[in-house]
Amino acid sequence: MSTRVEKPPAAEVDRPTRLRLYQLMVELRDFEQRAYELFLENLVRGTSHLALGQEAISAGYAVAMRADDYTFCTYRGHGHTLARGASMAGAMAELLGRGNGMLHGKGGSMHLTDVRHGAMGSYAIVGAHLPIAAGAAWSAQVRKSGQVAVCFFGDGATNIGAFHEALNLAVVWKLPVVFVCENNQYMEYTPIASVTAVEHPAADRASAYGLESILVDGNDADIIYQTARQTIDRARTGGGPSLVEALTYRHGGHSRADPAKYRPEAEVREWLQRDPVKRYRERLLTNGISETQVNEIETRAQQKVDAATEEARRGDPARVEEIERQVWGDGSAAWRN
Amino acid sequence: MAELSFREAIAAGIAQEMARDPLVYFIGEDIGAAGGVFKATVGLFEQFGPDRVRDTPISEQAIIGAAMGAAMTGLRPIAEIMFSDFLATCWDMVANQVAKTRYMTDGQVSLPLVIRTANGGGTRFGAQHSQSLENWGMAVPGLKVVAPSNPADAKGLLAAAIRDPDPVLFFEQKSLYGVKGEVPDGEHVDRLGSARVLRDGKDCTIVALAAMVPRSLDAAERLAAMDIEATVVDVRSLVPLDTRTILSAVTKTGRLFTVEENPRLCGWGAEIASIAADECFDDLDGPIVRITTPHVPLPAADVLEDAAMPSVERIVETVKRAMR
Ligand SMILES: Cc1ncc(C[n+]2csc(CCOP(=O)(O)OP(=O)(O)O)c2C)c(N)n1
Ligand SMILES: [Mg+2]
Repeated sequence: MSTRVEKPPAAEVDRPTRLRLYQLMVELRDFEQRAYELFLENLVRGTSHLALGQEAISAGYAVAMRADDYTFCTYRGHGHTLARGASMAGAMAELLGRGNGMLHGKGGSMHLTDVRHGAMGSYAIVGAHLPIAAGAAWSAQVRKSGQVAVCFFGDGATNIGAFHEALNLAVVWKLPVVFVCENNQYMEYTPIASVTAVEHPAADRASAYGLESILVDGNDADIIYQTARQTIDRARTGGGPSLVEALTYRHGGHSRADPAKYRPEAEVREWLQRDPVKRYRERLLTNGISETQVNEIETRAQQKVDAATEEARRGDPARVEEIERQVWGDGSAAWRN
Repeated sequence: MAELSFREAIAAGIAQEMARDPLVYFIGEDIGAAGGVFKATVGLFEQFGPDRVRDTPISEQAIIGAAMGAAMTGLRPIAEIMFSDFLATCWDMVANQVAKTRYMTDGQVSLPLVIRTANGGGTRFGAQHSQSLENWGMAVPGLKVVAPSNPADAKGLLAAAIRDPDPVLFFEQKSLYGVKGEVPDGEHVDRLGSARVLRDGKDCTIVALAAMVPRSLDAAERLAAMDIEATVVDVRSLVPLDTRTILSAVTKTGRLFTVEENPRLCGWGAEIASIAADECFDDLDGPIVRITTPHVPLPAADVLEDAAMPSVERIVETVKRAMR
């Protein structure tokens, strides 16, 4: 863990916000755990990339966002999409390839999207969505809508050209966009440090774009929430983009049933002690929130995930009629007369 | 009717749509005060200002990505990629992101955007600034592909592309930029997915695109002097493809020739040949013949480039030999 990590911002997070943050984190945790179980049951047929351990980042930002702000995220995007209010059953059903999936089976786990809730898509080509998020921010800027685009990506994405193209453009055009690098220390199976010229793949490069270097503890929901408020506020008030590097760790493997044996045991143990959900639970208890209240949040989250799973499993398989629909704006797939 | 060059018609098409719809924005490299490297956007910066006609860094991924993000959130952007060859640097954005996002989200996202690009050979620029890449776009579901052959179509099809709800790759053959032609006065909006019969002849059908259209028309004149009457069809739009017009010409004439600027393999003509073989085999009186650039990177020297691309002479010779 770096010594350069910023101190928690001075301002306290209020109680309702804390309860909301905890509730969201627990829901995302339970959803991912259930997704993993369903994967092991061979019900998730394709792939899935779980964000277990990274919940503080999705929750912290989502709670700070305005309802019409835009979220752009990666294939590791279940949490970010759900955090904006997308249907949990719809997401679960999409993982299972059911007709009641939020994309009717046409996107799958890596592409969860719910535009009505500002979840503008999960992108499966590393780094591709950074310029797209900049474009959404550009549109918000010229429409004077006051919307902000928040773009989440991994440490690995900082070494692809699109990262640099997007940052430069966003700064030059002073776009209302916040780039959030979730540095979970690994790409797929290789540590980011072994292939990157600088220690902090995003924060150390901020100065190249004239941006402040922001390095935060990604496993502390309060810190993320405060950072989110500051960076989103800056974007909304015309102060331009920010680049945030949030240090975190995924509890499981990269995807599917990857056992992640490439990570040293001591490192895993250390990071598990910094589990953002457990840590936050303790903080709530030492800050006057009762065990009963906390338990209640946890029970409700379990029930929500149970209900979503049930609904998803009841869904019929995706319909083959969908194959030739929605290539074009008229709803068709016709390419000739 | 006013006489405009192809490049003036492009600028006129953009200006017409930007004046009509305040949500149309235009971005690209050197498109602003400089007026574009091919001078196809002269006057737009002065007319619409730096907010709506924006110069970008040399960042093709950012150009297409920004256009996509803007299109999915309410704008109707036009993005210029200076040379179509540079599409290779942002093909992820075009083929993976722009083309697939409506489908993958089952219609949650609409992408009304146009990617304009200077395409094709004839300028002795060598293999990285001369490719004819319409078939790249044609191979990706979710992209519309348009390539006009004259100033009137350049304006009308560009206007139609800007109004279209889907992403359109708009190829401007760069040796056509200086060509002049009549363009209808006032608002001019054409229709995507409509081919046009430019010449009627009973003996064979020549199907061509962009710069190959004027060459095919010239060839048809020479063939007529040899008693071979050719119908010439300008495809104009590869996706959507007006198979009705093409196949009805093939049915009437019994012979089909395609004239393609692209290298041989998987050119657009192969798809048309396959459809014709499939659907009007019994009407064909002889083999379908494709006239293309050989399967090589386009060479730079004038003599080599001219010999590589389908010329009027090669079209005439090939048709004459096949019709014997
Ligand atoms: C352009 C591209 N290259 C490679 C891949 C394969 N791939 C998928 S995820 C991944 C690792 C990405 O690591 P990081 O950005 O740190 O994100 P994380 O998975 O850790 O969240 C790779 C290499 C890809 N999807 N896209
Ligand atoms: Mg990573």
